[in-house]
Amino acid sequence: MPFSSRIYIRRMGFSVVAALLGTLFALPLVWFFFAPFNARAELGLAIPAPFTFANFTTVFQNTFAMQALFNSLVQAFGGVVLVGAAATFAAYALSRSSIPGKSAVTYVLLLFSSVVSGSAAMVPIFLIVSAAGLIDTHLAVILVFAGGLLPTAMFILRDFIDAIPRSYEESAMVAGASPLQAFFDVALPVIRPGIVVVVVWAFVNIWGSFLIPFILLRSDSLMPASVAIYSFYSEAGTPIVTLLAAYSLIYSLPVIALYLFVNWKFGFRFFGGIKS
Amino acid sequence: MASVEFQNVSKSFGAFNALPDISFSIADGEFVCLLGPSGCGKTTSLRMIAGLETPTSGKVLIGGRDVTYLHPKDRQISMVFQDYALYPHMNLADNIAYPLKVRGEAEDKRHARAREVADVLKIGDLMKRLPSQISGGQQQRTSLARALVYPSQVYLFDEPLSNLDAKLRLEARGFLNHLQRDMGMTAVYVTHDQAEAMALATRIAVMDKGRIVQFAPPIEIYRRPATTFVANFVGNPPMNLVPAQAAIIDGKLQLRAEGLDVTALPVSDTIARAVGAKSITLGVRPEHLRIARPDDSNVITGELFANENMGPESLVTIERKDAGRVTARIFTDDEIRVDKTVRLSFDAEHVTLFDSTGARIPAHGE
Ligand SMILES: Nc1ncnc2c1ncn2[C@@H]1O[C@H](COP(=O)(O)OP(=O)(O)OP(=O)(O)O)[C@@H](O)[C@H]1O
Ligand SMILES: [Mg+2]
Repeated sequence: MPFSSRIYIRRMGFSVVAALLGTLFALPLVWFFFAPFNARAELGLAIPAPFTFANFTTVFQNTFAMQALFNSLVQAFGGVVLVGAAATFAAYALSRSSIPGKSAVTYVLLLFSSVVSGSAAMVPIFLIVSAAGLIDTHLAVILVFAGGLLPTAMFILRDFIDAIPRSYEESAMVAGASPLQAFFDVALPVIRPGIVVVVVWAFVNIWGSFLIPFILLRSDSLMPASVAIYSFYSEAGTPIVTLLAAYSLIYSLPVIALYLFVNWKFGFRFFGGIKS
Repeated sequence: MASVEFQNVSKSFGAFNALPDISFSIADGEFVCLLGPSGCGKTTSLRMIAGLETPTSGKVLIGGRDVTYLHPKDRQISMVFQDYALYPHMNLADNIAYPLKVRGEAEDKRHARAREVADVLKIGDLMKRLPSQISGGQQQRTSLARALVYPSQVYLFDEPLSNLDAKLRLEARGFLNHLQRDMGMTAVYVTHDQAEAMALATRIAVMDKGRIVQFAPPIEIYRRPATTFVANFVGNPPMNLVPAQAAIIDGKLQLRAEGLDVTALPVSDTIARAVGAKSITLGVRPEHLRIARPDDSNVITGELFANENMGPESLVTIERKDAGRVTARIFTDDEIRVDKTVRLSFDAEHVTLFDSTGARIPAHGE
């Protein structure tokens, strides 16, 4: 039948194009997993021969880079806890209370947040942090990230909480629970998937960010991995591909681990048309 | 148990006045049903008793104490929500036992008590399931169990049986009726279903557009509906209403309308006064209509519209020419000769008359 053969051809064409596109996007990923184990890795794709851990051994000897991974963890963890907790409480209040003009507040904050964490505000941020005497501390980085990420986090969470019926907490309160009890016993467990999304999103943001820690920190002992990655560039500014590849893989592991953990523990849920 | 009182309570949502001005008092141990069409303010009234909504003005009293601004948790009430409001992350046992947990009851004790109530409501086998893993009717019963698991001053029910199938609904209704008799609970019960209200209530408050139209025992509401609205809302099927022209001839009331021939109703002073306005609405319940004999005097005539056999009785609906329909409930045993044209008749004592504003005219000798 001419009709069905046309469909076959169309489907085959679609599959071929999809496969080609997929391969195109997969190639850098394949490089990402092969290069670290190749002692002679270059920017071209090559299967490691011989397969070696030599690159990693060298990277582990770079104490600055190793300390930086720990610093990244401290900053990301601090920022995530602050953003997660503050956004949950703020979003809950914004969703449940009847403050006039509350949605205006959210939108204005959202608008300015892209300014705060953007490079445009770097000078005032530096001045504020410096006036507070926090230059060259983990706290400075954590606070600035929290300030920048909080509005969006609040916005995502408010959307999520708005979709949860108030009658959950209401029935808890009728049953004798105080508002705080109702929040922790009933509301919080229901909101948790939303908080998880926000936490992962904030973690990835802080983990990958370069500019803010680079400007706010001075000491090598406080720099995060996103900055330390430049210690694998030669004096001339060319990357040492072998070490860079190995370090990048280590650098990405916490994010991958977080995704896997969250996926296993909670399962991912995205909602409200917001791409996270 | 405690009494409940509303003193000139009003409630507005922004510019919308949902309840203009409501006053009533419910005695200790009464089971009051709020009956009315969708959006008339039943849930809003209930939420103000619970403390989930604050009146715009007026006072709410529970057990004689002013609780208008008291937090829900301090009111010692329980409530079944219209949307059940079961906690999705807790299994049924924890859901039902939650009020006891808040009261500091030990886990095994509260689970035992939850199981007891759940067994009565036939959900005892489901205690380990999450709310998302049970049916709508089971969810409703879980919500009911959670409200009954602890002693309360006042029980509030927002259409707690609306999602049950006919058999379960009858059972649950019987259970609530028994509970009411057993422990003399004070309850406010919201329902759309007039049969449920009739069966359960010691008094019914019929509401319309944020007002209480009539607040009386079921039998009173049935026999002496205060307005055409109440008459039209209560009864299964509701009362037939026929607008008619009235005149008093030879000391007897005559009503005339398409297909209606009423010549011999007794006249009281109030009726005489109402007849001055000429237009009167005749009300007669379907169960008081019968197939007319040739010499009957109060007759409604129309074309047969439907004849529904319901087992012991039939619903015969006729359509008056270019006018409304009239339904009669007739025992199937009575020999029904249903032709194309049907004549129905009724006795004078079963007639309810409403004046031109829709208010009931007190009957002769009342
Ligand atoms: N939070 C609110 N904001 C604005 N209007 C409201 C709010 N809650 C209720 N209303 C309005 O008040 C009126 C009464 O609502 P209510 O929920 O009490 O109705 P109901 O009698 O319970 O109806 P149903 O039988 O459909 O449940 C409705 O017109 C409703 O739209
Ligand atoms: Mg309602």
